[in-house]
Amino acid sequence: MLGYPAHFGQMECVRMIASPRYSEKRVGYLGAMMLLDEKQDASLLITNSIKNDLSNSNQYIQSLALCTLACMGSAEMCRDLAPEIDRLLRASNSYIKKKAALCAVHIVRKVHDLGELFTKAARSLLTEKNHGVVHGAVVLITELCERNSETLERFRKTVPDLVQIMKGLVISGYSPDHDVAGISDPFLQVRILRLLRILGRNNEAASDAMNDLLAQVATNTDSTKTVGNAVLYETVLTVLDIKSESGLRVLAVNILGRFLLNNDRNIRYIAMTSLQKIVGTDHNAVQRHRGTIVDCLKDQDASVKRRALELSLALVSASNIRSMMKELLSFLSSCPPELRSQTASGIFNAAERYAPSQRWHIDTILHVLTTAGGDVRDETVPNLIQLITNTSELHCYTVHKLYRALLSDISQQPLVQVACWCIGEYGDLLLRGECQETEPVQVHRAQQTLVFPSANSDCDPVNPLTAPLSLHNSTPDSRIRSIVSIYGSCIDVELQQRAVEYNALFKKYDHMRAAVLERMPVIEKNSQGHTNGETIKESQTVKVKPGEPQQPANQVCDLLDLLGGSEQPLQPSPALGSAAPPIPVSTPNTVGGDLLDLLGGLEPTPITPVATVTVYEKDGVTVTLGCEKQSDSGLTVTLTASNSTESDIRGFTLQAAVPKSVQLHMKAPSGDSLPARGAAKVTQMVVLNNPNKVNLKMRLRISYTSQGSAVQDTVQIDSFPGLGQ
Amino acid sequence: MRFMLLFSRQGKLRLQKWFTSMSEREKKKIIRDMTTMVLARQPRSCNFMQWKDLKIVYKRYASLYFCLGVESQENELLALEIIHRYVELLDKYFGNVCELDIIFNFEKAYFILDEFLMGGEIQETSKQIVNRSIEASDMLQETLEEYMSKPAF
Repeated sequence: MLGYPAHFGQMECVRMIASPRYSEKRVGYLGAMMLLDEKQDASLLITNSIKNDLSNSNQYIQSLALCTLACMGSAEMCRDLAPEIDRLLRASNSYIKKKAALCAVHIVRKVHDLGELFTKAARSLLTEKNHGVVHGAVVLITELCERNSETLERFRKTVPDLVQIMKGLVISGYSPDHDVAGISDPFLQVRILRLLRILGRNNEAASDAMNDLLAQVATNTDSTKTVGNAVLYETVLTVLDIKSESGLRVLAVNILGRFLLNNDRNIRYIAMTSLQKIVGTDHNAVQRHRGTIVDCLKDQDASVKRRALELSLALVSASNIRSMMKELLSFLSSCPPELRSQTASGIFNAAERYAPSQRWHIDTILHVLTTAGGDVRDETVPNLIQLITNTSELHCYTVHKLYRALLSDISQQPLVQVACWCIGEYGDLLLRGECQETEPVQVHRAQQTLVFPSANSDCDPVNPLTAPLSLHNSTPDSRIRSIVSIYGSCIDVELQQRAVEYNALFKKYDHMRAAVLERMPVIEKNSQGHTNGETIKESQTVKVKPGEPQQPANQVCDLLDLLGGSEQPLQPSPALGSAAPPIPVSTPNTVGGDLLDLLGGLEPTPITPVATVTVYEKDGVTVTLGCEKQSDSGLTVTLTASNSTESDIRGFTLQAAVPKSVQLHMKAPSGDSLPARGAAKVTQMVVLNNPNKVNLKMRLRISYTSQGSAVQDTVQIDSFPGLGQ
Repeated sequence: MRFMLLFSRQGKLRLQKWFTSMSEREKKKIIRDMTTMVLARQPRSCNFMQWKDLKIVYKRYASLYFCLGVESQENELLALEIIHRYVELLDKYFGNVCELDIIFNFEKAYFILDEFLMGGEIQETSKQIVNRSIEASDMLQETLEEYMSKPAF
């Protein structure tokens, strides 16, 4: 009590509860509720006392027992005393009846099966006059319906009664007992509305019965005070959840719109919460209020800001992308830190889906990186790099912008990475640039400033040394070589290693340097089945992220053997112009897989990357299959699906069939909808067990709905990559 | 409703009512989280917050914060009304209630709460009936005590 430990009180409580004096009982029960809970052993001792007190002639003693049971009754206690409670539900005393009803609610929550016991009594309680009893009955019925769909069906018949009670409350005149600021018993009204929502969900008949009533409540309730708004809020939630007619829905959305304009922050908050729920279905209706919602982004309150942000991101569409993005970007610069990463990723998603032009897209991403670079997710860097390579006409513009951004501010990590990579790749454009004259000296100075601070940061996967290296390729300059050799004795191990490797590249392998450091080819995002090149030399473009667990060490050794030199310092293979993390995760996998094929007969090491192969590609839908041997007869197959069409795909399902002796177990897929233009993928794992070692084949049936029409297709897979044939 | 907490501006807990069974550790954690979250809020900000899977509704009356943890399908505005109703009941009983009344007569505050809410739901929607029940219980307590302490003839 009041924060002090009170174990010594437990036995005292038990003793006091058993005492015949009311005052002691009262305190004893209070103590029981506060100190005992079902996990304590002492709680069992009071079961008998409660049982006796439930049959006491004095209603206040009965109420004490009921209250305690409802507060801390354990499952066993509930089972023991349920018949008693049922008896009390039929008692004549309304004071006891209402308490018994709520006690029954607790029992149903603890022991679901006992719900059957109370259904009949609950039904009859609805006809009572006493508001407390009716309220208890409504709560009990709500609880029973939520737990059991059969009970729900049975209670649908009570809808007319509930409508009647509601009407009585709404129309009736002033009743001093239950009035709160002009609304007659708002607590009961809200509860009834909630029950009606549960009963009307997915049911035409019940929804029809409620339409009139809901319209009446929505129009007649006074919305100047919080109470009125509470009732209106519940009405709106009910209307939106049942199968209401369209006029009623419009009314509901208009009420929410009115809430949005209210001065009270609470009302605006709940309006946005409700709008969030319906933005998927009634998108246009919510769009009308976009202006107000965007204004709420500038509100002082953190809760309101959060809701406004979520709703704004949901409202972004192709038509309003430019204006929305302006608002979102200005929000990003002033928003509280906890919302930054959510905003940044939301902006990226929106930009990716609705970008009106490539240049705009790149500008937006750069803007985000300069303002909130520290909070973006890791995959944005490779995504951005891939985007940049794809827009070849903007290379010059992009690299200039990045360079200028870098000159002003080096602190943002992702920005530094992207800039490094671009300067390395397109440095010649930078120097040759029609847009602005920059001397090589300036660029090199920038490189030096880049490298110094990066050397001190621990988590920099992109090696800034490779950028000057590829720059050197295009515009030879001896200073670069000296910069690189300085780092041969750097403290940071990684930098040192790279510096030494690159030095070796200069010294011994000069003849290969030009070819190795050629400009990167355009990266394709969804190219699961294609490599970035067929020749061995170009297959060195496996961009190996240092520390990536799938890096096969001895595989690279074999590569070097092919090159005719096995210098240790050159391992791992120097990545072309960047050490950026591999962009589509599948690319190193596919290249790895192809490498395995090329080199033919290499023993796959335990850390070989998973080989993937495209098994289905039609109408923009691509399904790839990757497999990994788990044991002698066990195999895990990963199916990845992506959609490169302009429209979203829903209801995407995969079904698989295998030969008789093979056991198949399909795990749950990650989702069933594929957004357009490859924005996200669906993966599904399949575990196969092939104890008899039969020739493994699989037939895959793909079904989905695109643009309203259902598509179904079957494909047979006869060979599985990576099975070590 | 999962829980109801009352705490002062300095973060001292005055009343706690738990409507679901929880371990001591969890309770303490919740109390800590609630006090830090609520006390950090600006004066005229929204009364609702999101915490894990619960909605937190709080209201400040003079020096006391009333904090409810409600479930996601419950009506937040109604929760504010529940808090207000409870304060009205306390006010009627104690006559111009202040924090000291709750500190020194905490068991009465609990009795009133137990007449108003049970198992996380409202028992009685009428103020007068709740007040009458409390008075009757108090009367019963007094008369029985008198009766018991009278010497038997």
